[in-house]
Amino acid sequence: MTATPKLPISLAANPRLSSWVKFSSEGWVALSPGKVEIGQGIVTALAQIAADELDVDIGRVQLVRASTAASPNEGVTSGSLSIQQSGRAIRQACAEIRQIFLAAAADRLGIDANALDISDGTISGPGNVQTSYWELADEVSLDRDATLEAAPKSAAKRALAGQSVQRVDLPDKVFARPRFIHDLTLPSMLHGRVLRPERSRARLAELNENGARAVAGLVAVVRDGSFAGVVSETEDGAETALSALRKGATWSVGEALPDENDLAAFLKAQPVESTIIDTRASSKTSDKQRTMRRQFTRPYIAHASIAPSCAMAQWNGDRVHVWTHSQGVYLLRADLALVLNIPVENITVEHLEGAGCYGHNAADDVALDAVLLAKAAGGRPVRVQWSRADEMTHAPFGAAMAIEIEADLDPQGEIVDWRHSIWSNGHAARPGRAAQPALLAGFELGNPFPRTISSNPPQANGGGGDRNSIPLYDFPSWNIESHRLLTMPVRTSALRTLGAQGNVFAIECFLDEVATERGEDPINFRLRHLRDERAKDVIRAAARRANWKPEKKPGTGYGAGFARYKNTGAYCAAIAEIEGEQDIRVKRLTLAVDVGEAINPDGVINQIEGGAIQATSWVLKERVRFDSQRITSSSWTDYPILRFSEVPQVQVDVIQRSDIEPVGAGEAAHGPVTAAIANAVFDCLGVRIRNLPITRDSLIAAMELAS
Amino acid sequence: MPSIRFRLNGVETEIDADPDRALLDILRGPLGMTGPHFGCGSGECGACHVIVDDRAVASCDTPLWSVENKEVTTIEGLGSAERPHPLQRAFIAEQALQCGYCVAGILMSAAALLMRNPSPTDADVRAALDRNLCRCGSHNRMVRAVLRAAAEMGAL
Repeated sequence: MTATPKLPISLAANPRLSSWVKFSSEGWVALSPGKVEIGQGIVTALAQIAADELDVDIGRVQLVRASTAASPNEGVTSGSLSIQQSGRAIRQACAEIRQIFLAAAADRLGIDANALDISDGTISGPGNVQTSYWELADEVSLDRDATLEAAPKSAAKRALAGQSVQRVDLPDKVFARPRFIHDLTLPSMLHGRVLRPERSRARLAELNENGARAVAGLVAVVRDGSFAGVVSETEDGAETALSALRKGATWSVGEALPDENDLAAFLKAQPVESTIIDTRASSKTSDKQRTMRRQFTRPYIAHASIAPSCAMAQWNGDRVHVWTHSQGVYLLRADLALVLNIPVENITVEHLEGAGCYGHNAADDVALDAVLLAKAAGGRPVRVQWSRADEMTHAPFGAAMAIEIEADLDPQGEIVDWRHSIWSNGHAARPGRAAQPALLAGFELGNPFPRTISSNPPQANGGGGDRNSIPLYDFPSWNIESHRLLTMPVRTSALRTLGAQGNVFAIECFLDEVATERGEDPINFRLRHLRDERAKDVIRAAARRANWKPEKKPGTGYGAGFARYKNTGAYCAAIAEIEGEQDIRVKRLTLAVDVGEAINPDGVINQIEGGAIQATSWVLKERVRFDSQRITSSSWTDYPILRFSEVPQVQVDVIQRSDIEPVGAGEAAHGPVTAAIANAVFDCLGVRIRNLPITRDSLIAAMELAS
Repeated sequence: MPSIRFRLNGVETEIDADPDRALLDILRGPLGMTGPHFGCGSGECGACHVIVDDRAVASCDTPLWSVENKEVTTIEGLGSAERPHPLQRAFIAEQALQCGYCVAGILMSAAALLMRNPSPTDADVRAALDRNLCRCGSHNRMVRAVLRAAAEMGAL
């Protein structure tokens, strides 16, 4: 018995074909995905899929920006799911649309549809008869639901998928044609700025507005509880008025922040909600000889996009239009409706590209800021842009984690039982998911909404703090437990990989230690405990490419890491070559990845390279800093990231599997690279670093602990 | 307000503005050049780099008065789709970006490098771009693109 075929998830949610694709009689295909470009190249891959299935030149495919006015609702662009969700939906929708047009052409030409062929949109048949999508565009209605009656092409018949087509959005960016939200201007646009406290969650006790009101060009000072901002005719005027407003503000003391130097103690001392993520019981009695226990931590990590968050909003009576670089236009709309207490139908949220987005940053927060300030703008649009400091201190962070792994080992040093416990805030507090809004200004209003405490997506959706905590290795028994904090002094939400970076770091470093103690090659140890051939293939491919294991030279070390992202997504293995004495320098990263069908192999490589370099930055440099009351890492000086001169060489092998459903590549590299670097540090210096980041200070601390 | 004159992308430009204001504000505001991007406002990220005479500078941290009678080049003056600079061609050939927000500043740092050093090494390029931050991790592609452009320009 075979399973009943089902519509791809995004197409089941948005079955109307016309919501995805429209043809113009001038020869264009308007493709309207619900997912958005955040620097990952998704619009190019989706255009490839559509062009392939429709048999049109990719140059004819025009991407429509996501908007709640018209686009299919695909939730949020996150979790490496855009290829999986949007890609599959577009492939199926386009296959059906192709079939519908073939039938219409057959009618018009009086030829059996099976005898027709499509080439760049022209539909032709025997005897030199022809028509086209463009000719038929006005008479064929796509206002019908997907039926599954047509099947997409087989892998062998696709011309574009699997090819490294050039990014469609890239020329605009290289030639500086305005495309980013930051670069666009609306007629009669005003500029807004919002005043935010330095001390964490301080309340605005008093506000003297006189200084701000005296600034030339001022349109309004807006205050509602602890939310305060200015609207000005000019951007410069808004900045000046904000400075004046800051001088007139009196804040309450802040709320206490944890000790940044003992995050594990803080995380483990909080009230938690504990969940058993997975258990495996062994039927055999174990031959346990000893127990190995290790604790790993990672700090809070900032998104730190190069652009500060920006949004525009314009009211028209009781309706508001919002321009945003949010990852989820419908989800943002839902939260705006909650804050404003108006129906969602009164709000249109339209996407414009922002800088690279690595998760839930301040994009949604600034949209509410703009909406609130625009209320005082008499129907004129207001553009709000955050400062660098606010971006670094008020946007949500990736959650700090403490991870404890205990393994029972038998006399041969083999693992007979495995226990993995995680203490962390939740990794998701995105808007649009709860009965209460999750937008910053909403917590600051005079009649405030309660501050969201981050939660975790369920394991079925990849989990949150527990993401990648279930071992892919066939240990006889295990128990995986997640402790989610019920307090949240530092605001956390989704950052690339959620908990996977921390969990893979812990698992892969622990395994490296077990293998080393056994005197076994760590690659061999992994291969021996894996049953999934695709997993073994990426490890073998990376090892081969890196000539594992190169002869040991003084001052150099090699380490490996592996994971299958979310345990269901892309397979990725990484090998790091580092040089280290007082400081660690990552020289080379060699990776192999399997995403199933790689729609755009160079796009996959770009994502893996980028992920590997960003992970190197997290590992060697990044840590949100704070004192007892304020986030202190408010600039690039206080929150340094990897620079050109520090970036390792990165080699990526893509294992192409055209007949396997594609998955995303954006988050696959972080965990394996993190572990590979830490394991290479041990190989080089003989010291295990279990607390990230790996800095000169953490090296010294680990060496002192070891001696 | 005093009037300040400079050449912007080869065109004589005169602007009445507070001379202490940042060049970036003037470029993006009254002059409508949105290529240079605001990233930090304190000269730490390079997204706003422009070339003043022959040096790449952070325009967010450069007062307007300091460019009086100088030659300012922004990415808009580097090239266009119709007449691309070799660097722009190379960045497309190497698909050398992800989000692209930092790229306007990086192209200007690279262009300034090639003006003073037409055949840089990999290390020269990295040193020249070290004041530019990229968060997406496209660094190596960008370095390859700069080297490709240098080779192409050298072959002319």
